Amino acid sequence: MASILRFRKLCYVEPVKCSSLGFESFETPKIEKKDDRGAVKAVESTVGEKQKKKSSKRQPREWRCMDYCCLTVGYVCTAWWLLLFLYHCLPAALPGFQVPEAPGARLRREGLTALHPVVLVPGIVTGGLELWEGRPCSEGLFRKRLWGGSFTEIFKRPLCWLEHLTLHNQTGLDPPGIRVRAVPGLVAADYFAPGYFVWAVLIENLARIGYEGKNLYMAAYDWRLSFQNTEIRDQALSRLKSKIELMFVTNGNKKVVVVPHSMGVIYFFHFLKWVESPPPMGGGGGTGWCAKHIKAIMNIGPAFLGVPKAVSNIFSAEAKDVAFVRSMDPGVLDSEILGLQTLEHVMRVCRTWDSIISLIPKGGETIWGNLDWSPEEGYNCDLAKKRYAQPSLLDSNDTNSDGKMEFQIKESVRYGRIISFGKATSQLPSSQLPNLGSKDFLRTSNPTKFNSLCSEVWTEYDEMSRDGIRKIAENKAYTARTFLDLLRFVAPKMMQRAEAQFSHGIADNLDDPKYAHYKYWSNPLETKLPDAPDMEIYCLYGVGLPTERSYVYKLSPTDRCKSIPFRIDSSAEGSDGGCLKGGVYFVDGDESVPVLSAGFMCAKGWKGRTRFNPSGIATYVREYRHKPPASLFEGRGVESGAHVDIMGNVALIEDVLRVAAGATGVEMGGDRIYSDIMRMSDRINLRL
Amino acid sequence: MALLRRRKASEAEKAQHSGSKSDKEIERTDEENDKNINNRKKAKKAKFEGKKKWSCLDSCCWFIGCICTVWWILLFLYNAMPASIPQYVTEAITGPLPDPPGVKLRKEGLTAKHPVVFVPGIVTGGLELWEGHQCAEGLFRKRLWGGSFGEVYKRPLCWVEHMSLNNETGLDPSGIRVRPVSGLVAADYFAAGYFVWAVLIANLARIGYEEKTMYMAAYDWRLAFQNTEARDQTLSRIKSNIELMVATNGGKKAVIIPHSMGVLYFLHFMKWVEAPAPMGGGGGSDWCAKHIKAVMNIGGPLLGAPKAVPGLLSAEAKDIAAARAMAPGFLDNDLFRVQTLQHVMRMTRTWDSTMSMIPKGGDTIWGDLDWSPEESYVPRKRKQRDNDSQTAEQTDTETLDSQKKGINYGRIISFGKDVAEAPSSEIERIDFKGAIKGNNVANITSCDVWTEYHDMGIEGIKAVAEYKVYTAGSLLDLLHFVAPKMMARGDAHFSYGIADNLDDPKYEHYKYWSNPLETKLPNAPDMEIYSMYGVGIPTERAYVYKLSPYSECYIPFQIDTSADGGKEDSCLKDGVYSIDGDETVPVLSAGFMCAKGWRGKTRFNPSGIQTYIREYDHAPPATLLEGRGTQSGAHVDIMGNFALIEDIIRVAAGATGEDLGGDQVYSDIFKWSDKINLPL
Repeated sequence: MASILRFRKLCYVEPVKCSSLGFESFETPKIEKKDDRGAVKAVESTVGEKQKKKSSKRQPREWRCMDYCCLTVGYVCTAWWLLLFLYHCLPAALPGFQVPEAPGARLRREGLTALHPVVLVPGIVTGGLELWEGRPCSEGLFRKRLWGGSFTEIFKRPLCWLEHLTLHNQTGLDPPGIRVRAVPGLVAADYFAPGYFVWAVLIENLARIGYEGKNLYMAAYDWRLSFQNTEIRDQALSRLKSKIELMFVTNGNKKVVVVPHSMGVIYFFHFLKWVESPPPMGGGGGTGWCAKHIKAIMNIGPAFLGVPKAVSNIFSAEAKDVAFVRSMDPGVLDSEILGLQTLEHVMRVCRTWDSIISLIPKGGETIWGNLDWSPEEGYNCDLAKKRYAQPSLLDSNDTNSDGKMEFQIKESVRYGRIISFGKATSQLPSSQLPNLGSKDFLRTSNPTKFNSLCSEVWTEYDEMSRDGIRKIAENKAYTARTFLDLLRFVAPKMMQRAEAQFSHGIADNLDDPKYAHYKYWSNPLETKLPDAPDMEIYCLYGVGLPTERSYVYKLSPTDRCKSIPFRIDSSAEGSDGGCLKGGVYFVDGDESVPVLSAGFMCAKGWKGRTRFNPSGIATYVREYRHKPPASLFEGRGVESGAHVDIMGNVALIEDVLRVAAGATGVEMGGDRIYSDIMRMSDRINLRL
Repeated sequence: MALLRRRKASEAEKAQHSGSKSDKEIERTDEENDKNINNRKKAKKAKFEGKKKWSCLDSCCWFIGCICTVWWILLFLYNAMPASIPQYVTEAITGPLPDPPGVKLRKEGLTAKHPVVFVPGIVTGGLELWEGHQCAEGLFRKRLWGGSFGEVYKRPLCWVEHMSLNNETGLDPSGIRVRPVSGLVAADYFAAGYFVWAVLIANLARIGYEEKTMYMAAYDWRLAFQNTEARDQTLSRIKSNIELMVATNGGKKAVIIPHSMGVLYFLHFMKWVEAPAPMGGGGGSDWCAKHIKAVMNIGGPLLGAPKAVPGLLSAEAKDIAAARAMAPGFLDNDLFRVQTLQHVMRMTRTWDSTMSMIPKGGDTIWGDLDWSPEESYVPRKRKQRDNDSQTAEQTDTETLDSQKKGINYGRIISFGKDVAEAPSSEIERIDFKGAIKGNNVANITSCDVWTEYHDMGIEGIKAVAEYKVYTAGSLLDLLHFVAPKMMARGDAHFSYGIADNLDDPKYEHYKYWSNPLETKLPNAPDMEIYSMYGVGIPTERAYVYKLSPYSECYIPFQIDTSADGGKEDSCLKDGVYSIDGDETVPVLSAGFMCAKGWRGKTRFNPSGIQTYIREYDHAPPATLLEGRGTQSGAHVDIMGNFALIEDIIRVAAGATGEDLGGDQVYSDIFKWSDKINLPL
């Protein structure tokens, strides 16, 4: 019936304007109006076959909805295109909005030109990885990026993706049948993802003063591997050596300026020792190689002494961006893409990456503090914030801040306890802590296998007995030293691999022949700098951002299949403006690396002629105060101090450019310090 | 259906006023019999629709929306489709596909052994911008050449400006730095979807190759070879990289795979690397012996390519510069305000590298007025793959037939078809060299684009045409006359002759290094040299020219496209005499050195390096699904030829030329080589 009605209405409507279509019966609607159903039927017959067909076609009412959908989509698309078109038509520089001049352009006008070849060494996570050989599930991804770029494969085939990024759990090398390799060239780390620059800004500014492919080299390496393994598998260190030698020769015997970032700093530090060591283990460049080929090392955001973030990442896969995976986490990985066990998956993958272990805090309690003491004690987060916000007030408020500082010390944060179970534990005086020997839990063997059937993902926690887990929690607080014992207990396989590759101690006697082994080469506290008195070492890093320093942990609810038994106690909050937030104690730094780790070696460990620096290489600390971008136009800011964003910091770029063009550290003004790094370093009692 | 729906909607709108009223009436009349709920709904709906204005704009949007939605749905379906479907469909149509050679050979147990170096040819390598003028804003480190060529459309003049080199030095113009893309990405794909090296790389990866054992020796292909070292130190980098790869792969020597002009480039490299330091690389006289296992030249124009000639003379070659290959599509249009050809010509003439491909060896190799090594050539019938004997018979019979009127391939350029065919005694040639290059009467200012032809004057142009016929030898004189500046640059970097005495100290100059007829091969008796090229495709060999209708701003010479041979499969088509080859390089140029010049111990090959000829008979792709074919013999498409890839992989995995089966010849290369009278 409804259809008939509708049909009739049509008859109404159509003759009015579509008479051209050939409706013979213009009068029929009127008849219909006066008549009843019988008339309707008559109409039906009079209007004829044509109409009938049409009506039957119009039958499905859903089409109306589709129409609207299409219409909306059309509007949106058209509007979008229009905007896009307008955007492209816009002149590059809007009259009102002045783009600040790039430092490269300014320095070029000053007359700077490319002089020393530049080598860029990317850090962890930022370098791209591509697939060279894979399992059937990775069909069609040959030479496509698995890491970096758009990360689309995470969504399309998450398990396949994880499988290919995982390394072999025993060897720390490729699993059989899978070859994932670092992307070579400048594209390896210029942008991490589309629009998210890492090195691109620096590269562009270097190009402004004349750099190009022949004197600019990106030392890309597979950042998942331990450093020596990059040489064993890919000969990455040999390539780097050959490239530096080549650039040295082809650029008129000009020494190279090396710019490592983040973990690249430790990587290049490893290279320095490797290249001068004799062949089977080292590169055989002979002593003097560094002196001959390297002018300066400009470490950006150096993680010389490790980062506390690595701790939580390894312990419970919870760090915020040591593995960027975690930083994308809240959006993607925590949801149930991988079937509830995202964290476990991530943990399993990360634990096969040896390189993360290179970032575990080095130097133990001497550097990072013990249960009661830490070099940063007295640091006031609130105060620091204010200080950085109004630098001009710093001097005038000096006395005032000192007073506050003293007040603060009473309830000062015990940063030395890198992991403590429960907020209370983190604040208790050490005498009240349960006096369980740290070695105790190591002896508890764990024969009772946890019911591992329920979890598809195998993590080493499954092999640990509930007892063992409880014991760990009872020990309450861990320092940088005891934490290593903890890790050995919690992840024995990983630590076994790692201890063959890395060492985290402090050397008593650097001339001990054992230090010729490569596992010590990436630890600045267990190696001597090369004999290169003309070389310069810079520590360039951002300050003024709260940086993770120690954690408050808790046991997860005893759910058998939640196989990570520990998690950060995000309910632990300090007082307003305190350093404790979400279960994490913060300290000054660049959001990833605390000032202590970044600056200590340059500020004290290597300053002057020390046993770590026997040839007296000049070191400079250059800090960059963080300033958030003033407007949205600035994107990630030109004065940022954040770990990665600092690569777009104008002042830093200028420093790098000046050194590349031939300036020395003294010409640039030597140290530039905003943080308490000098005071902190003084408190550290390290024999030099 | 869509239209119907549209109309209905618009009707509803226009019926707004009358409709609302009449609807009420309907309601009244139908109340007793029908459920008026229905009606109310309808009425509401009608009103609702009435409020919308279904104008033309709406229709457009609706239409666009439809298209977009359908597109997205298709895209989604396409993405959701398992990757194996296209292959499945192909197999259903054409029968099971053969395994790609990499997979096949891996099953045989081959693994990566020797490091591999690719040397891309002209045009195929990507170039990116490092410094540019104002107009190139935002293109920093973007590809100007290769990739999508988007900038050609967006800012054509800017693009041409940045791609040109300095006309005097052959180096960068001031304020512009365009540099080769480095790494495998430099030439794996030329444009999106158009593979060059990608297939070979993928197959090598199957047997275990990766970045550390593969190296793309990308260089700026616009520059003269020695200039790539002077400006970018490219040769030094290649040397250092080969040394590094040999050292890190346990002393296994490298297999070099140059393609097209890369063949000449690598020939230059081999001389350079052993030459003493200021001019050369200082590697010492046994560098090649120590570091190179085999050089596998793919489609190498060792003796030049005739295509280079019209490219230089009138910018008309079809793909010497891919700019021209794309020309029919868009460069010939009015993008550059009518003067596309002149722009292209001015640009390509600043590229020294094109001159490396001018035919070398003069009349001895390429033939004189009456004689040419290929003179009895008859295009083979479309070959059938399996019955070679039959093809051979046909060729034989037809050879007799056409020997009477053999084509004078030696006349690389003739003005007029009749001249091309006349016996040499009937041609009156007037020497042009003395002709006065009167200043052009026409004012140059009216032409936007300056080409050297404007300096020539009408008399000069006429004189050139009067000379009628040019062979490979006199061609050089012509080019010197026509483009003095370019040739002045070219003469400093390239040479086209034949050496009488290779021990003459003058041959130590780098300009001879890329000419195989003026250099000795290095002293490396264990090395192997392969010439791998496609055959069975007509390839340009000689041209019939004409004067273009007089106009100030035009290039005065043109290929006479009206000149056609009589028979259907004649060698003359559109003013071009073609011969057997791979579409770009004639067999003679690609094969002669390996077939005769370097065979055994000759004066060009004093240490007796083994040479092998591997020809690949062209078979066009059977179906569209095959893409560019797996049996192609075309100059670039041959890089996807399975047989060629298999040969390369075998050699890379350790095989020698003998293991491959020695020579594999389909063409008449040995017969032609015999006819060439070159003292060895």
